[in-house]
Amino acid sequence: MSAEASAINMAARASIWLKPHRIVLILIALALVFCAAFFMRWDWLPQYWEMGLMGIWRALWILAVTCALGFALAVPLGLAQAGGPIWFSVPAKVFCTIIRGTPLLLQLWLLYYGLGSIFPQYPWIRESWLWPYLRQAWPYGVVALTFSFAGYEGEVMRGAFAGVPRGQLEAARAFGMSRWKIFQRIWLPQAFYRALPTLTGETVLQLKSTPLVATISVIDIFAVSSKVRQDTYLTYEPLLLLALIYMTITGILVFVFSRIEARIPVKIG
Amino acid sequence: MPDLATHARRRPCRRWLASNPGAKLIDVFLPASAAGIMELLSPVAPGWGGTLLVGLLHSIEIAIGATCLGLMIGTAGAFGKLYGGPVTRDLLAVYTTVVRAVPELVLILLLYYAGTDLINQVLTAIGYSRVDISGLAAGIFVLGFVQGAYSTEVIRGAILAIPQGQIEAARAYGMSPGLMLRRITVPAMLPFAIPGLANLWLIATKDTALLAVVGFFELTLATRQAAGVTKAYLLFYLAAGALYLALSLFSNLIIGRVEAWSRRGMPSVREAR
Repeated sequence: MSAEASAINMAARASIWLKPHRIVLILIALALVFCAAFFMRWDWLPQYWEMGLMGIWRALWILAVTCALGFALAVPLGLAQAGGPIWFSVPAKVFCTIIRGTPLLLQLWLLYYGLGSIFPQYPWIRESWLWPYLRQAWPYGVVALTFSFAGYEGEVMRGAFAGVPRGQLEAARAFGMSRWKIFQRIWLPQAFYRALPTLTGETVLQLKSTPLVATISVIDIFAVSSKVRQDTYLTYEPLLLLALIYMTITGILVFVFSRIEARIPVKIG
Repeated sequence: MPDLATHARRRPCRRWLASNPGAKLIDVFLPASAAGIMELLSPVAPGWGGTLLVGLLHSIEIAIGATCLGLMIGTAGAFGKLYGGPVTRDLLAVYTTVVRAVPELVLILLLYYAGTDLINQVLTAIGYSRVDISGLAAGIFVLGFVQGAYSTEVIRGAILAIPQGQIEAARAYGMSPGLMLRRITVPAMLPFAIPGLANLWLIATKDTALLAVVGFFELTLATRQAAGVTKAYLLFYLAAGALYLALSLFSNLIIGRVEAWSRRGMPSVREAR
């Protein structure tokens, strides 16, 4: 039964791709790819692929760290806005507005050039254990991307926290749960399920923001492609390959998140 | 100025100020320059305020142009996706998927070089001499192309949200497609489309900053130049941030009005719940 069903499913899936006009379009696309492979210059690849892999790894690492830290920051931001006292909710609101109202590139340059030019003036900073990190570029990139993710996701989490039905929280209180336990067992999980669909989009947006760190001299995959362009005077090849790499990563992210979403109970609240 | 020495124990920043007699708190913001903040930000020649304002103007010009171009592409794209033939639909799906999966920065570089290169090659092929594409036109084209993909999806969703009977009724009355678009589809979809389109406008104003990377003179690049010359990095980046924020908040104000106007006659969100 299930094997039969899956066979029908496979056939249905294959027939989507095998409509006559799709076959023609796919053939045209393949022809374009072959043209690109044969008529463009790819001889620089062997020299740079190692550097490129390092760049991809670094971009993914920045993505993972900033998403995790940003989400950890977004939870208190959303909580403060959804049900916090005014001296928490107003600063959280102001933070989210400022982050969402200014370009990420400007925030990045503000941190890197602005703070970076001020820190060295203080001997106590230069002598502290943080200084070896503050002299490099990546901490500024990580902080800027984390704040950006927290700002956008904090707004989402505000809606998610506010969207959990009051009855759920009242029932938890009636069971005699402490406030922390209510938050941990009822409020946060339900809010998280609500926010999960938007989390996919936010993560993809975050991935698309990571190349900005190349402008403050962090060597990610975008910086590697810029280096290739400078070294070989090729315009299109590195950029096309770069676009392909980002598309692949986006596809993988969307696939992974759809798998995670499929495991979450659909009926909530 | 309060007595700095008494504060020195509490604030390390003050300690530095106390150890540098003659230094003021302002020097934290203006490390290399002794000039006052107002002098640096003044709009006339020695100050850089005018440069920033010109940059802001360029940013707004590009954002408006890109949004208009994006709306045109988006409307055409949405109709193509909904009512077009199978090939149109597939090509549009490729367009929206690719543009939304690739970082804007990469697209801007790709389209900027490819676009200007293509135009020049066409021109030389016809027999004209090469031209310098103005940064403004290139910026509007590039950002408009990116915005078009996003607004296609927004407008498509908004058209789908219109009760189908309204469009069928319009057809039954014998309206031509143009008249139907003007009288029925656009007014009926606006309340659904405006929140998404407003988001796109805010994204457009912020995406203009990315054009600084390809060397177009807008607010962020103006800021970078001003900061580089005067070494007052923090001051100028904060000033530019305030300008962007003011633009966003002002846009929000207008958007609220427009949204209320487009929803006139509909039950308010609170009542509908």
